Amino acid sequence: MTNDVKAKERAAEEQAERTEMNAEAQAAADKASAYEHGWSSDIEQEFAEKGLNEDTVRFISAKKEEPEWMLEWRLKAFRIWQDMESPDWAKLDIPMIDYQDAYYYAEPKKKPELDSLDDVDPEILRVYEKLGIPIAEQEVLAGVKGARKVAVDAVFDSVSVATTFREELEAAGVIFRSISEAIKEYPNLVRKYLGKVVPVKDNYFAALNCAVFSDGTFVYIPEGVRCPMELSTYFRINAENTGQFERTLIVAEKSSYVSYLEGCTAPMRDENQLHAAVVELIAMEDAEIKYSTVQNWYPGDENGKGGIYNFVTKRGLCAGARSKISWTQVETGSAITWKYPSCVLNGENSVGEFYSVALTNNYQQADTGTKMIHNGKGSRSTIISKGISAGKSDNTYRGLVRVGPNAENVRNFTQCDSLLLGDTCGAHTVPYIEVKNPTAQIEHEATTSKISDDQMFYAQQRGLDEEEAVSLIVNGFAKEVLKELPMEFAVEAQKLLAISLEGSVG
Amino acid sequence: MLKIENLHATVGDTEILTGLSLEINAGEVHAIMGPNGAGKSTLAYVLGGRDGYEVTQGSATFNGQDILDMDPHERAALGLFLGFQYPVEIPGVSNLQFLRESLNSQRKSRGEEPLSGGAFIKLAKEKAALLKMDMEMLKRAVNVGFSGGEKKRNEMVQMGILDPQLAILDETDSGLDIDALRTVGSGINAIMRDEKKAVLLITHYQRLLEEVKPDFVHVLARGRIVKTGGPELAVQLEEQGYEAIAA
Ligand SMILES: Nc1ncnc2c1ncn2[C@@H]1O[C@H](COP(=O)(O)OP(=O)(O)OP(=O)(O)O)[C@@H](O)[C@H]1O
Ligand SMILES: [Mg+2]
Repeated sequence: MTNDVKAKERAAEEQAERTEMNAEAQAAADKASAYEHGWSSDIEQEFAEKGLNEDTVRFISAKKEEPEWMLEWRLKAFRIWQDMESPDWAKLDIPMIDYQDAYYYAEPKKKPELDSLDDVDPEILRVYEKLGIPIAEQEVLAGVKGARKVAVDAVFDSVSVATTFREELEAAGVIFRSISEAIKEYPNLVRKYLGKVVPVKDNYFAALNCAVFSDGTFVYIPEGVRCPMELSTYFRINAENTGQFERTLIVAEKSSYVSYLEGCTAPMRDENQLHAAVVELIAMEDAEIKYSTVQNWYPGDENGKGGIYNFVTKRGLCAGARSKISWTQVETGSAITWKYPSCVLNGENSVGEFYSVALTNNYQQADTGTKMIHNGKGSRSTIISKGISAGKSDNTYRGLVRVGPNAENVRNFTQCDSLLLGDTCGAHTVPYIEVKNPTAQIEHEATTSKISDDQMFYAQQRGLDEEEAVSLIVNGFAKEVLKELPMEFAVEAQKLLAISLEGSVG
Repeated sequence: MLKIENLHATVGDTEILTGLSLEINAGEVHAIMGPNGAGKSTLAYVLGGRDGYEVTQGSATFNGQDILDMDPHERAALGLFLGFQYPVEIPGVSNLQFLRESLNSQRKSRGEEPLSGGAFIKLAKEKAALLKMDMEMLKRAVNVGFSGGEKKRNEMVQMGILDPQLAILDETDSGLDIDALRTVGSGINAIMRDEKKAVLLITHYQRLLEEVKPDFVHVLARGRIVKTGGPELAVQLEEQGYEAIAA
């Protein structure tokens, strides 16, 4: 056994120990089972009027006291969006969305500017508790000594209400702000990079986001800085009929490093909710960005009623030589998922990674995957996709590996595994490979399997009930991806897989 | 402890068990021998509660409780353990994780507290040592890439950790080398030789029975017990074959 494997096993053991130590915190998280995530809290909202036109865009911009250039940028995006059409190439059955029948801006009325989460509205803290936020954060919140530091930039209903650890981050020179703050405080930085990785007219949903994005996060890591803590943001949709348009921009300067965690869940609701986020990452020479997501928006009920429409554009630019961007996602929520976190590998010897678990149950539909665009010589990418389908759901992996004519010695390895539970669900793999340079080495492996009766009986004979057995086998199937998650996220993700499969067996 | 009466069971449309009766008391070791396809593994599966193995007649009780209507995990929690003839691979799940979750699920069903991480690792180390199994093996995925003999030894480590009342061991000796057979034999004795426990060994060979001495030897043929005797019956079978004895 190699040292590397040993180290990983040790980490796994430590994780088990850690879980043990945090039994109580865990118990709190356990409570957030089934869809206890489905509730509504009653912080007062201030709405923009229903509907979408230039005035809506102006209202949002004014509300956020944005500079003129930002408003112009939004208006331009809005006009572009109006001339675009909703994409229809995904294997998704998307109901007509009436963009005029939604609110585009809502914020909590109390809007405190706080330095730490200790000062956060107890109502909001209660919400986090219900969400079962990762243990590390709970420790931090409880002030546990020696707790791993995770900075939480809480995005509550479109508006950031608190940012913790700002001082320590500032000492390191790291900028970690809500994007609205950053637009005011660091206009030159934001202006320089906003829309550079995902151009306004990239796609229908990205253009919409540019016009009406409500809030989000800006991260800037200066040259040579290793971000002293994992950065983490919790999103939550909380207002009836509020489209959620988050905007995230992360810039890692030369030789810097940052790990960013994004997790979300949404309350139970009848009305469908639209979510169209844009995330842009830029890594300069020798910089590394690790971006992890656990996505658990409300998936709709077992009859396919309700649930979030999640149309997300996530893209990273490896601008410098030897830069690295790594996407890890665990997607269990949303009624419809349309999401392809991608890497544009311009830097020589740059590295792109995509690790994904997408689980669909009942009537959920997911069309997700990645694009690895190799323009830099010697650039490498790895794609590991694990699709799990149950119920009457449909789960598609869609991935593009493109090698430009000048990119010598590119390597890609792709593995797509699908696991089917039952025989009323669908799993599809749609790989596109475009190679314009003959020196490229591209490998693609794909498997489709079912949980075998042998495995089920074996696990049950050892003492696991049917759901526990399925959950164990599914977690094993997803292991390669789950181990890429930061530890506190991995625990939550395993739970999510189990919760999301409830009712899919027997 | 285990009482089986006139058990009939079908797989698909075929009746495999055709009126099998067997009684096992605490403190006893029983051996079942019989020709290929006689229904030995089927008996183990039926007792374990496997889907697709339908009981059409007869009864089976465990400590007086009817187990035939119970789910497999409920029977496991009562203390019934099956050593599989063909242990199953579970990719991505380490043996330690598998066993810890299994053990704690059993404990939960019995209203006991879960075992802590530290206590579990200690227990696992102890049982692995008993069966001369490297702990590193237990960190690997369940049976994935294990040799035939390693899989069988792993079954015994699992038995040691789960500590059942009744162990039904289906050809645990097949595929073991000479030293491993001895280790497994003494492992079974160490774990299961107890006045409160019992063992049912399914085997084709006399060799294991020299390690784990049975109180009773049964011949299972055509879906039922056709002959019962003491340890000498196993010797006789090995010399003369089933044809002569079970015909
Ligand atoms: N799923 C099944 N469908 C049809 N027949 C089956 C099935 N499982 C077992 N059988 C049949 O039931 C009979 C008994 O099988 P079983 O595995 O119990 O035999 P065994 O006594 O354990 O044999 P061996 O010594 O070879 O392990 C065999 O004829 C077998 O083919
Ligand atoms: Mg058999």
